[in-house]
Amino acid sequence: MSMAELNNENVLKALTDAFGDALLHSEMQFGMLNVEIPADRNLDIIGWLKSNESLKMEFLTDLCAVHYPEQKGRELAVVYHLHSWTRNYRMRIKCFVSAQKPEIASLTGLYNAANWMERETFDFYGVQFSGHPDLRRILNMDEMDYHPLLKQYALEDETRDDKDDSFFGR
Amino acid sequence: MSQLDTRNYDKFVSTETIDGEIATLNLGPTHPATHGVFQNVMKVDGERIISSEPTIGYIHRAFEKLAERRPYNQITPITDRLNYCSSPINNLGWHMTVEKLAGIHVPKKVDYMRVIIMELARIADHLVCNSVIGVDTGALTGFTYVFQEREKIYEMYEEVCGARLTTNIGRIGGFEREFSPVFMAKLKKFLKEFHIKFQEFDNLLTRNRIFMDRVIKAGPISAEKAISYGFTGPNLRAAGVDYDVRVMNPYSSYEDFDFIIPVGQDGDTYDRFIVRQEEIRQSLSIIQQALDGMPEGAHHTDVPAFYLPPKEEVYRSMEALIYHFKIVMGETPIPVGEVYHAVEGANGELGYYLISDGGRTPYRLHFRRPCFIYYQAYPEMVKGAMLSDAILTMSSMNVIAGELDA
Repeated sequence: MSMAELNNENVLKALTDAFGDALLHSEMQFGMLNVEIPADRNLDIIGWLKSNESLKMEFLTDLCAVHYPEQKGRELAVVYHLHSWTRNYRMRIKCFVSAQKPEIASLTGLYNAANWMERETFDFYGVQFSGHPDLRRILNMDEMDYHPLLKQYALEDETRDDKDDSFFGR
Repeated sequence: MSQLDTRNYDKFVSTETIDGEIATLNLGPTHPATHGVFQNVMKVDGERIISSEPTIGYIHRAFEKLAERRPYNQITPITDRLNYCSSPINNLGWHMTVEKLAGIHVPKKVDYMRVIIMELARIADHLVCNSVIGVDTGALTGFTYVFQEREKIYEMYEEVCGARLTTNIGRIGGFEREFSPVFMAKLKKFLKEFHIKFQEFDNLLTRNRIFMDRVIKAGPISAEKAISYGFTGPNLRAAGVDYDVRVMNPYSSYEDFDFIIPVGQDGDTYDRFIVRQEEIRQSLSIIQQALDGMPEGAHHTDVPAFYLPPKEEVYRSMEALIYHFKIVMGETPIPVGEVYHAVEGANGELGYYLISDGGRTPYRLHFRRPCFIYYQAYPEMVKGAMLSDAILTMSSMNVIAGELDA
């Protein structure tokens, strides 16, 4: 790949050339390239993006999860935001795992920053990051026995009858 | 560690373990030196730190869960409480995120107004951080000098939005009202007088031999480590990396302004201090440029579905009443999609990852909080250092408990 400016097309092409079928889905969201990859390939694809000379995605901007309870077998999305500072290009990588077996490899070997972000994701969504050196809760108390950002846990006490949400379209 | 050998006070301190005794020191959660509610359990050998184990989450308020139940305009007050030393940056960053999702373009004038407010917030935040570094080295005077100046910035916020600390400033689509003549007078007075007071503060510390000996080489971090640990903002720039969201991905017309990104070299406490000092000067220059180049026009864009109509119209016009009702009840339609928007917060890249399913509230909102990400480097930065340097390192990293715990 040349040193021309990185854009969504040539990054997607570089990824397709290198990994082909491993790219499950790609789309543009408000100018940012979203690529879905299999959960068991996250380490080698993100590792490649980081070490590739012309891409150099050396900065892990953000790591979090999203819960889609209606997508059976792929309820949890682990979302990585990568940023190449040398080429000033941002992209988003998504891996889907099931709620029954939410396992994915840890990125702590690639980015030190992943450590607490993965702990936070584990804390709130129960995603098990294999290979993480210290996967404990981080913001909630250790005694908590559920992962509060999962959609099945309502924010408000459901036993209350003094608030009727149906008036508010929720 | 090799950094120990270069410390000039080493000759005064025993590096030997005294009777092999290692003490456990519980620093926090409510210790005056932590400047916030978080705990560090440190193993110390004499005054030297062997290991440090941070515990955070003492003021966790479940913002991301709360945000999944709140209409978009009601999330702004939540963002106030992230980095509460510079709430306006959080508020305006959130407005810009929603504008990106909803495809709203604001007039140039709004961009410039936002830049003025955001740079004032940056000055306020850096003043707190830098003066607190002084306090932690035992120099209280500078702190009292600049807090008077911070007060003036808070008075300006008050003039714009009525609040001081948790500002909830601006709206999706612009500002509530035009900058008032009182605000403009205060701002001009501030621009005229601040640099004199700031120079006094600078004279107290920057080239002060005692201060320099105290902070140089305290809590250093290399550029490679800083990048790997996800550092952004002044802490990263102190390590020599010139990454700044305002330049890299300009938002709110930052590309119109001429300013430099100060960088340090060693990533130590002194470099962090110096970088912030210079950023304050650059921010002043940006405010002056924005004021001079302030375009004519309206202080908000015409988006009735997001921007509350004037109250008197709500009583007279049917459309205004409908929009008022829809905005207040959170019934505004919004596109489906995912956006990530980042602004240069006072302590680093503040990002909003927003997923909308078209409903009245975000499906998911994740805050990329800069200090949550870089604070994890703290144990490594203070390992082998003196306890008093660990305190300095913490205050110079500008760790804000509200942002840390979300």
